[in-house]
Amino acid sequence: MTGDPDTSQDNLQDIRLGHADRGFVGKIIRLDALVTGSSLSPQELEQRLVEMGFVEGARVEILHEGTIRRDPIAVRVDNITIALRRSEAMAVIVE
Amino acid sequence: MTTASLRLALVGAPNTGKTSLFNSLTGSRQKVANYPGVTVERKSGGFVTPEGRSVTVLDLPGTYSLRGRSPDEEITRDIVLGRFDGEAVPDLMLCVADATNLRLTLRLVLELKRVGRPMMLVLNMIDIAKRRGVTINLDRMSQELGLPIVTSVAVRKGGVDELLKRTDEFLAKSHEAAASEWTTPTIADLKAAQREADRIIAAVVTLPTKPDTLTNRIDSVVLHPVWGLVILAVILFVMFQAVFTWAQPAMELLSDGFAALGQLIHDVMPASWGLLQSFLQNGLISGVGSVIVFLPQIIIIFLFILLLEDFGYMARAAFLMDRIMGGAGLHGRAFIPLLSSFACAIPGIMATRVIDNRRDRLTTILIAPLMTCSARIPVYTLIISAFVPATTVWGVVNLQGLVMFGLYAAGITSALTVSAIAKFFLWRDHAPAPFMLELPDYKMPRLRSIAIGVFTRAKMFLYRAGTTILSMMVLIWFLASFPTAPAGAEGPAINYSFAAMIGHALEPLLRPIGFNWQIAVALIPGMAAREVAVAALGTVYSIEGGKEAADAIGQVLAQKWTLATALSLLVWYIFAPQCASTLAVIRRETGGAKWMVVTFLYMLALAYVASFLTFNLAQALGLH
Ligand SMILES: Nc1nc2c(ncn2[C@@H]2O[C@H](COP(=O)(O)OP(=O)(O)O)[C@@H](O)[C@H]2O)c(=O)[nH]1
Ligand SMILES: [Mg+2]
Repeated sequence: MTGDPDTSQDNLQDIRLGHADRGFVGKIIRLDALVTGSSLSPQELEQRLVEMGFVEGARVEILHEGTIRRDPIAVRVDNITIALRRSEAMAVIVE
Repeated sequence: MTTASLRLALVGAPNTGKTSLFNSLTGSRQKVANYPGVTVERKSGGFVTPEGRSVTVLDLPGTYSLRGRSPDEEITRDIVLGRFDGEAVPDLMLCVADATNLRLTLRLVLELKRVGRPMMLVLNMIDIAKRRGVTINLDRMSQELGLPIVTSVAVRKGGVDELLKRTDEFLAKSHEAAASEWTTPTIADLKAAQREADRIIAAVVTLPTKPDTLTNRIDSVVLHPVWGLVILAVILFVMFQAVFTWAQPAMELLSDGFAALGQLIHDVMPASWGLLQSFLQNGLISGVGSVIVFLPQIIIIFLFILLLEDFGYMARAAFLMDRIMGGAGLHGRAFIPLLSSFACAIPGIMATRVIDNRRDRLTTILIAPLMTCSARIPVYTLIISAFVPATTVWGVVNLQGLVMFGLYAAGITSALTVSAIAKFFLWRDHAPAPFMLELPDYKMPRLRSIAIGVFTRAKMFLYRAGTTILSMMVLIWFLASFPTAPAGAEGPAINYSFAAMIGHALEPLLRPIGFNWQIAVALIPGMAAREVAVAALGTVYSIEGGKEAADAIGQVLAQKWTLATALSLLVWYIFAPQCASTLAVIRRETGGAKWMVVTFLYMLALAYVASFLTFNLAQALGLH
C-alpha cells in the first residue's frame, strides 16, 4: 500500500515519519513525496505538507495513533499539532 | 464621500477565531447563506463603528494559503483578489492570527501582502498567549511586516474595542490598493515564505520556558486507541438520548398545539366554508406543524455540535473516525451529521456545514437521507406489527426487533455503498482531499457564541419551514383535496382527487413491485413527511380515528396485502425519497436544484429496484 520506502533512502539514519512509532521525536531533513501511498500527486502532497508547517529543520514528535492499524497519527510540528495519515507522512524524511 | 457601507473581510487559517470575532462584531445581526451555486457557507453581518461608520463584514472560509485547493478556499482567494462575481472586493482585510500559534498564519500574511490590498493583522487569543507567558514585540513585528497590528480577545466583552478603534482610524484615511503581485505560490515560494515567517517569529516572539501541556494531557485520554473510542461512544450516546428523550416533551407540545389550533379553526369556521377550513387545518397548519415539530431536535443537535466544535473535540472525533469512515470515502467529520440524520435528515444535512471540503460535504448530503430517520419508525412499526409475528428466533431474539434492526442496517450499508460509488464515479477526476487537519488546543466553549450559533440555525430552519417547505405542503394538500368528491359520492373524498388520479396512473408502474393503487395514493400525501403515509393509508381504506387507529389500520392491511407486498413497502421506505422537506433542504444547502434532483432520482431508482427484488423474491418463496 505505502510503496517501498527503501528505494529512495540515501542515509541509513533517515526514516520516514510514516514508519515511526508513537513517541518518536526527530527533525525533518527533507520532503520526498515521490513514493508514498497517497492519492495526491507528489507535487500537491509536498505543497500541502509545507502549508501545514512540515519544513526542513522543524521538530516533529508523534503524539497519538489511531485505533485501526495505528493510523492516522497526530504529529507535533514545532508548536502545533497536525493529524494526518501514515500514507501522507511517508513523504516526510526525519532523523 | 459615499454613504455605502464599508466592507471588511476576515481572512485567516482555520481555528484562529474568525467566527468568534465575527460574532462579537456583529452580534446577532448575521445572515448565513450559500455562495451562489456552491455548497459553501457565506456568513455576512453588519455593525456600526464607534465613530458611526456603517460596516459590513464577511467571515471568509479558513485557509492556509491563497492557492485554492478546494472550492471553499477558492472562494476566499477569489474574494480577496476581487475576482468573485457579485462580491465586491473588501475595503479592508482583517487577517486573523492565533497569537499562540503564529507560524502558519504569518506565512499566509506574507502571501496576502503580495495582493497589495489594505489590510491589518489581528493577533487574536492574546489572553491565552499572555496566560502562557508568550510575549510578542508588536512594534517590531509591525515594522518587519509593514502592517498595522492590533490585538484582540474575540470571546471577551470589550475584547474587540481596540480593533474597532484602529479600524476607525484606518478607515478615516484613504488607502490606495497597490497592484497585485500575487501569483500562485510554488513549493519554493512556500518554503521561502515559511523561512521568512520563522525568522520574524524568532525575532519578535519569546516563548515561555514551560509549554502548555493541558491539551496534551486531555488528548492522551481522548485520542487513546481504546479509551478514545469509548469516550466518543459515550458522547454520542448522551447526544442521542438528548435528541430523542429531551426533545420529546417539546415536540409533543408543539404537535398538540398545532393540532389544537387546527381544531380551533375547524370549530370556529362555519361548515359551509369547508374548503377554506380544510386548507387552513390540513394544508397550512398541519403542513407547517409537521415540520416545526422538529425544531426541538434541531436545537438540541446543534447545541451539541457547536459545543463539541467550540471545545475543539470535532477535530478529534474526525481523527478517531477517519479510518472507519475513510473506507467508504467519507470524511471523518461526516460522522456527526450522519448520526444526526438518524433523528431527522434535515438537521443532519444542515450539520454538514462542519465539513469544509465541498465534495466531502456533498457526498455526505447525498447519503444522509438513507439513514433511518425517526419519521420512518411509525411506518416500520405499523407494517412490522401487522405482518411479522412476534416470535422468538435463535432462542433470544424477537423477530420483529430483528426485522427493525435489519431495516436500520440496510440503510447504513446502502449509505456507505452509495458513498463509495459516488467517490468512484462523481469525484474520480478530482484528487480527493487527504485527511490532514490541525488539532487545535482545547478551549472552554463560550456560551454567547454557542447561543448565536444555535439561534442562527433555528432561524434558518424556520425560514425554510415558512417558505419552500410550506409551499410543498400546500401543493400536497391541493393534490389530495381537489377535485372535491361529487355530492353523494361513496368512499373517502381522497379517492376523487388528483392524488387518486396520479395513484391510479402510477399503479401500472408500481404493480411490478407489488403496490396496489391504494398504496400509490397514500404515497402522495406521504411525500409531506414519511409518517403521514400511515394516516393516508387509513384514509384510503376508510378507517376513521386518525393516529389512534394505527392498530385498526394494521389489521385491515394484514387482510388486504400479501406479505410480499408488505415487505416490498418496507424496503421501499428504506430508500425512497419520500420527504419533500429533505429535498427542499438539499436544494437550499447545495445552492441549486441539481443535487436535489440527483438525490431524488438515485433514491427512487434504488427504492424501485430493491422493492422489485424483494417482492419477486418473496413471491417466489411463496410468502403470501
Ligand atoms: N480564549 C480565547 N478563545 C478564543 C478567542 N477567539 C476564539 N477563541 C476560541 O477559539 C476557538 C475557535 O474559534 P473560531 O471562531 O471557531 O475559529 P475560526 O475557525 O477561525 O472561525 C473557539 O473555541 C473559540 O471559542 C480568544 O480571543 N480568546
Ligand atoms: Mg469559522
